Amino acid sequence: MTNKTLETRQVSRRELFSLFGAGTLAAMGIGIAGPAFADAKAVDAAIAKITGGKAAGSGKITMDVPQIAENGSTVPITVNVDSPMTDASHVKTLHVWADGNPSPEVASFHFTPMSGKAYVSTRIRLAKTQNVVTLAEMSDGSFTMAKAEVKVTIGGCGG
Amino acid sequence: MAKTKARVKAPKSAKKGEAFQIKTLISHKMETGQRKDKKGNKIPRDIINKFVCTYNGKEVFSADWHPAVSANPYLAFYVKAEESGSLEMTWTDDAGKAVKKTAKVTVS
Amino acid sequence: MKKAYLGAMAFGVAALIAASFASTTHADHNSPLLGKMEVDDRRSGYTYMEPETKAIQDDDFENPAMIFVEDGEQLWGSVDGNANKSCQSCHNDAFDSMKGVAAGYPKYDPKLKKLKSLEQQINICRTERMQAKPWKWESNELLAMTIFVRHQSRGMPVNVSIDDEAAPFFAKGKEFYYERRGQLDMACKHCHEDNAGHMARANRLTQGQINGFPTYRLKWQKVGSVHRRFRGCNKNIRAQPLKYGADEYVNLELYVAWRGRGLPVETPSVRN
Repeated sequence: MTNKTLETRQVSRRELFSLFGAGTLAAMGIGIAGPAFADAKAVDAAIAKITGGKAAGSGKITMDVPQIAENGSTVPITVNVDSPMTDASHVKTLHVWADGNPSPEVASFHFTPMSGKAYVSTRIRLAKTQNVVTLAEMSDGSFTMAKAEVKVTIGGCGG
Repeated sequence: MAKTKARVKAPKSAKKGEAFQIKTLISHKMETGQRKDKKGNKIPRDIINKFVCTYNGKEVFSADWHPAVSANPYLAFYVKAEESGSLEMTWTDDAGKAVKKTAKVTVS
Repeated sequence: MKKAYLGAMAFGVAALIAASFASTTHADHNSPLLGKMEVDDRRSGYTYMEPETKAIQDDDFENPAMIFVEDGEQLWGSVDGNANKSCQSCHNDAFDSMKGVAAGYPKYDPKLKKLKSLEQQINICRTERMQAKPWKWESNELLAMTIFVRHQSRGMPVNVSIDDEAAPFFAKGKEFYYERRGQLDMACKHCHEDNAGHMARANRLTQGQINGFPTYRLKWQKVGSVHRRFRGCNKNIRAQPLKYGADEYVNLELYVAWRGRGLPVETPSVRN
């Protein structure tokens, strides 16, 4: 097959969709025709359910997230809650939400005084630019939270 | 979980009362349940939804995972031990199948 | 041409890596921290990645593609086919026998009278020497074995032959690279030569080097071969993708490998 350009093929509507990024979302497991994306309100509601309406403090959670995600399918995040992690004072649970995903829940991490540190590092899926929201439940019944925005772009080069 | 491989990186020895880091990685598609196949049918959800780490049989750390956790999940956390022992890590999927990995730590 | 500091660093990190894995028999040839990702004006795709992505590639534990290296090692020692052989039966320890081999692929095969890629050589060994079934392109087995073999050349410079019998195929590959195709009427060069470093919507275009393949692509959430990428590139410009293993793609692979000559083999790399 020399000196002959490759034939073009019929472009289906599906493929046009893929040109506009639906392919990227589909590849990440997030359907276009599926449920509408969650929003900050859904996360607020989830938080309220846990805190029972109690105010959550701030300043204790450090979130290390990329400013711009290389690819929304795999976004490395590291979260550390400032806590002595003793029997008397420790983090019980750390919740993580993504307020722009089809479903906001990402993960919940359960610690014990034997954890030594309320630290977790993992990789998550983000469907689009949104906030990653974290809430820590402390052993004394108090709560603390943090949020960080991650920009997720739809790339121009798929393949 | 056929063809699921897990790996653990834990120190062989640690100081008493000093927190040490554990890294884990497991190969798994983490199918979200949102994707559609070529015919337009939804591919059913199939994810690992629970990770548990015990030390000498006692639960130290655990995680509940949702579909927003990336494929081939990577997870790093800390453990603090007062005595030598055995770490056991268990990943469980939606069908209830489990993959286990152990690592021994000498604490002095 | 390993530099002294690379060697010293490799020893230290290799020891660490060896300690972490129970399954590997010995350390890598080189640390994943390869250093020299640019040669003259040729840049590895690594240099275009975000720091978080580079960090995943730099750590052999955190790199999900390293599981495929382990799988490949397992397959290497497994008997398969009617000749009752494993790769190990002829090639012994891959760490020694495969060192530098992948850096020279694709290469001319005098029996086939054309170029062959590493995937194709693996299947030639399987069908002709092991009397085993060939592995399908992009199957987990073929990916694992290709990754495992190329990994034995990690850190070594890409060094393909474009002379003698390979010359006419190199020329064909070069022609393909510069030929317009598809509904968008574009050639490889339009993105990877004319616009490397510029944005295509929200992605930064790279030079399109293949020294890190098979690569763990975040978009695919798994490892994939060069030909998978070629097919994807062709689909992107609305051209009919060729079959995996097509002659045109193997010729193109030689030309593109030559474009990255001197860059280190990074298999398995991590890309967007």
